[in-house]
Amino acid sequence: MEQDPELLRRLLRAKDRMDAASHEDWPVARLASVSGVSEAHFARSFKQAFGVPPHRYLLTRRIERATALLRDTDEPITEIAFATGWGSLGTFGRTFRDITGESPGEVRERARPGAHALAPVPACVVSAAHRPDLTMAVSEKRRRDGGGTNGADEKEVP
Amino acid sequence: MSQGVGVVGLYVRDQDEALAFYVEKLGFRVHTDVRNGDYRWLTVQHPEQPSFQLGLFAPGPPVLDAATAQSVRAIVAKGAMPPLVLVVDDCRAAYDRMSARGVEFTQEPVDRFGTVDAGFRDPSGNGWKMLEARR
Repeated sequence: MEQDPELLRRLLRAKDRMDAASHEDWPVARLASVSGVSEAHFARSFKQAFGVPPHRYLLTRRIERATALLRDTDEPITEIAFATGWGSLGTFGRTFRDITGESPGEVRERARPGAHALAPVPACVVSAAHRPDLTMAVSEKRRRDGGGTNGADEKEVP
Repeated sequence: MSQGVGVVGLYVRDQDEALAFYVEKLGFRVHTDVRNGDYRWLTVQHPEQPSFQLGLFAPGPPVLDAATAQSVRAIVAKGAMPPLVLVVDDCRAAYDRMSARGVEFTQEPVDRFGTVDAGFRDPSGNGWKMLEARR
């Protein structure tokens, strides 16, 4: 069923708010209130509109932002982990590796030499171009990759 | 200049709403506003850019059938149209001015790559980046 454009515009507002502050906590109740819809309606509608559940979208934005900070700053990885919304360095490193296939340190090493070639492109566009394409839940990705990582700390919200 | 791009159009959900936004909140001027039945050709212009018009077009008949128009409105409302860039002399001052007028900012001004950028959306969902011109 096609979604009402007026609803989509309000869902976009919730997505924009996550984009603007992906380091913050975004429980469904908070997102639903931004969009002016019920919690049950929000999660379902968001996934239908944007193809991923809201929580997974937030994860991709955090990873995207962390990748940008790894590339563009000299901030220690621990600082980047906390600045992008993770509660611990361990969770950050594990989730980062599960999603991107590399550790934060490896990404920093690899991304740096080419960074300046992208300077004429608006920063948000560069950043979006590096957004991980997370088509499945992180727990599922872990399972398929057969990695022995212990326990999904990031709970998937439908 | 006599050759070049003259008009680029945006799809908007409501032309009156878009006109109010681009003129009253962003400071553009109306260039052309003509109607032919239900069709309305509406373009606005940046006051410092007389050779370029931004078209504010409503998807619908006779150009688009009703189902296609609905899909276009949905795509715009999801923010899926490509980004637009507004260049300003002073991004923070423009942010303050536009915020006070009620523009929906999606990103506050941030220092990056030796300049400052911010982001906002029009009421329909079209996304703009606002970049401070490099001096």
